[in-house]
Amino acid sequence: MLPFPHRHLLALQGLEPPYIADLLDLAESYALLNRSGKTQRDLLKGQTLINLFFEDSTRTRTSFELAGKRLGADVINMSVSTSSVNKGETLLDTASTLNAMHCDLLVVRHSQSGAPALLSQKVDAAVINAGDGTHEHPTQALLDALTIRRHKGRLENLTVAICGDVLHSRVARSNIHLLTTMNCRVRMVGPPALIPAEVERLGVQVFHDMKAGLAEADVVMMLRLQKERMVGGLVPSAREYFRFYGLDAAKLAHARPDAIVMHPGPMNRGIEIDSAIADDPARSVIGEQVEMGVAVRMAVLDILSRNMRRNARL
Amino acid sequence: MRDTIFVNARLVDPASGLDAPGSLLVSQGVIADHGGTLGIPDDAEVVDCGGAVLAPGLIDLRAALGEPGAEYRETIESAAEAAAAGGITTLCALPDTQPALDDPALLQFVLRRGEATGSLSILPYGAATKGCAGKEISEFGLLREAGAVAFSDGGKAIADARTMRLALSYARAFGSFIVQHPEEPSLARGGVATEGELATRLGLPGIPPAAEAMMVARDIALARITRGHVHFAHVSTAAALDLIRAAKAEGLAVTCDTAPPYFDLNETAIGDFRTYAKLSPPLRREEDRLAVVAALADGTIDAIASDHQPADPDDKRLPFAQASAGGAGLATLLGITLARVHGGDLSLTAALALLTCRPAELLGLESGRLTRGTPADLVLFDLERAWKVEAGKLPGKAQNSPFDGRALEGRVRGTWKNGRRVFG
Repeated sequence: MLPFPHRHLLALQGLEPPYIADLLDLAESYALLNRSGKTQRDLLKGQTLINLFFEDSTRTRTSFELAGKRLGADVINMSVSTSSVNKGETLLDTASTLNAMHCDLLVVRHSQSGAPALLSQKVDAAVINAGDGTHEHPTQALLDALTIRRHKGRLENLTVAICGDVLHSRVARSNIHLLTTMNCRVRMVGPPALIPAEVERLGVQVFHDMKAGLAEADVVMMLRLQKERMVGGLVPSAREYFRFYGLDAAKLAHARPDAIVMHPGPMNRGIEIDSAIADDPARSVIGEQVEMGVAVRMAVLDILSRNMRRNARL
Repeated sequence: MRDTIFVNARLVDPASGLDAPGSLLVSQGVIADHGGTLGIPDDAEVVDCGGAVLAPGLIDLRAALGEPGAEYRETIESAAEAAAAGGITTLCALPDTQPALDDPALLQFVLRRGEATGSLSILPYGAATKGCAGKEISEFGLLREAGAVAFSDGGKAIADARTMRLALSYARAFGSFIVQHPEEPSLARGGVATEGELATRLGLPGIPPAAEAMMVARDIALARITRGHVHFAHVSTAAALDLIRAAKAEGLAVTCDTAPPYFDLNETAIGDFRTYAKLSPPLRREEDRLAVVAALADGTIDAIASDHQPADPDDKRLPFAQASAGGAGLATLLGITLARVHGGDLSLTAALALLTCRPAELLGLESGRLTRGTPADLVLFDLERAWKVEAGKLPGKAQNSPFDGRALEGRVRGTWKNGRRVFG
C-alpha cells in the first residue's frame, strides 16, 4: 500500500486513483472484519479521536464513533450546543483548545465550506472532513464507492446518475471527484436551479429530464432535498418536485434492470424517493451504505494514523 | 520653510505629457519651477533623485477608512501612514462608516481628522442616501458645502431605480455625481465568489458576473434620462466595460474606475479558501481580468483606485463565506499599477495619469499635475527597484493584502505633501 500523500482528509478533489483504490481495499477488509464480529482494538489504542460537530448529524457522528471505538481509540463527542462556540469563541480558539487536549484525530462537520481546511492549518491533529457546507463529504463518497464496487464488481465504465439538489450537495461534489477519477460516466439529474454553474467542467453530463438521465444507468444515487430549499423558492412545491424528480418505479424503469438505488440519508420519503423503492431489497442498497460507512471510516482513521506514526518516525 | 530642490530627477507629468530628466523647485510648499536645468538656490535643501521618477502625488479615488466606527481595523492616522508609504497624497474616503457620512458635521469631522495628519488630504464622499440605507437621498447641497467630493453609498449599491434616478438628477444641481457600486443586489444575494467552475468546486455560493453589467446597464439608462453623471466604481467585468465604452461614445456623463486586484489577480487567488482574496466585487475569471487591462489601455477606465478596505485578522480568519470582504490597498496601489507598465500594457505616463491627473479632472482638483503654483504634492519612486509584498509588514494597521507574497518592481522612495517630506 502506498503511503497516503496527505496529513488530513479534507477533500477528494485531486486525490489520485491508487490512493482511492487503497482506501477502498482497506475498507473492504474492515467490512469483512466487522461482519465476522471481530475487532482490532489495539490499532488506535491510546489515541484520542474527537468528533467536533458544528451541525447536527446522528448518522455520520455515530459512524465515526463506532469506527474509532472498533479500532481502540478514545472517542469524545463535542457537540455545538454545549460548547463555547455558541458563546462567540472563534473556530481558531477552538483549535487551540483542541491542541491543548492533545487530540490525535479530529473529525469535523461544519455548515461552512472550507471550515475543516481552516482548522487543519491550526491544529496538530489529523483532520477528517465529515462534511463542510456545500463543499465536500469525502467519507460519504468513499462509502458510496465501496458499496457500488461490492455490487458491480468494479467502478470503471459504470454509469452513475446523481439526482436532485446537486447545488447544495457536498455529497454530490465528493462523488463527482471520486467517480470521475475512477472512470465512471457521471450524470447530474435535476432542475436547472439545483445544478451548480459549469458543473460540466468537472467532467459530468447534465440532464434536466429524469428519464433521459436514468437511461441505462447502473447506479441511481438520490440526494436529499432540504425543506428550506423549497422555502427559498428554488422549487415551487414538493408535489411538483416529486412528479418530475422523485424516484419512483416508473422512472427507475429507465435505468438498467440491475441498477442499484442509493441515498446518503436522511431520506425525505415522498419527496425525492418513493418508499416502495427505498424499501425494495432488490434495488435499494441504502442499508448497506450505512454498514460500509463504518468500514470506510475505520480505513480512513487507520491510514491517517499510520501516516502520523510514519511522520513521527521521520 | 526652506526651499527644496529635486535634482537628477526623471520628471513625469502625465497631464502635460512631460517625461524628461530635470530638476524641480519647491518654495513655500508649492511647485515654483521645473525644467531641464535649474539653478540651485542658496539654503535650499537638495534632494538628489539619482534618476528616479518624480511625479505628482497619487490621488486615490476610493478608499474605506475604519474611522469613524471601526477603529480596530484602521484609524485615519494609520491609513495616512500607509498612504504616505504608497505615494498617495489625496484620498477620497467612502461614506459608509458607522455612522454614515450623511451629515455635514460628520463630514467635517473626517476632513479635520485628515488635515490633522499633515500628510494626506482626505476628501470624503457624502452618503448618497441617509445612513447609506438606499431609501431617501441625503442633503447633497449642505454636504457639498461641507466638502463632500461626490456622493456614494460606498460598498452598497443604490438598488432602487427611482432613488438612483432622483440622486442622479439632484446631484446635477450641485455640479456633482453619484458613485455606484455596480452589483444588482437581488441577483448577488448570498454570493461570495464569482459563479462558475471554481465556486462550484469550492462549494461557495456564486455571484453571476452579469450582476455587474445589469446594474451598469440600468444606471446608464438612468443617466440618459436624467443627464446626470454616474461613476461606476471597481469595474471588473468585460460586459460592464463594453457598456461603459458604448455610453461614453454616445456622449453620456459616464465614468468609471477599477482597482489593482481586478487587473492583477483572477479568481484562482481564492483557491483553498484564501479569505484575504475575498473581495467585493469578487475576483473574476482571467478573460475579465484581460478585459480590464484592455480598458485601462484604451481609456475606457478613468482612474485606478486603491479600493482599500481595511480588515482585522479576526474579520478574515473565518470560514470563507463568513469572512469579511475587501483588501488593504494603499501601500500597493503604485506597485501593482507599475506591474502593468513593466508588463508592456501601459506606458508610464498613461499609468500615472490614471493615478493622478485623470482622477483630479474627474474631481475638479488642481492637484495631480506638476503645474507651477500648485501645492507640491509629490512622489519619488524607483521604477525598477524590486520588493515583495508581505502581509504583516505593510505600513499602517490594516494588513489584509490580497497581494501577499507578490514580487513587484517599483518602490516609493519618498512622498511630499505641500512640500513637506512625509515618507522616506
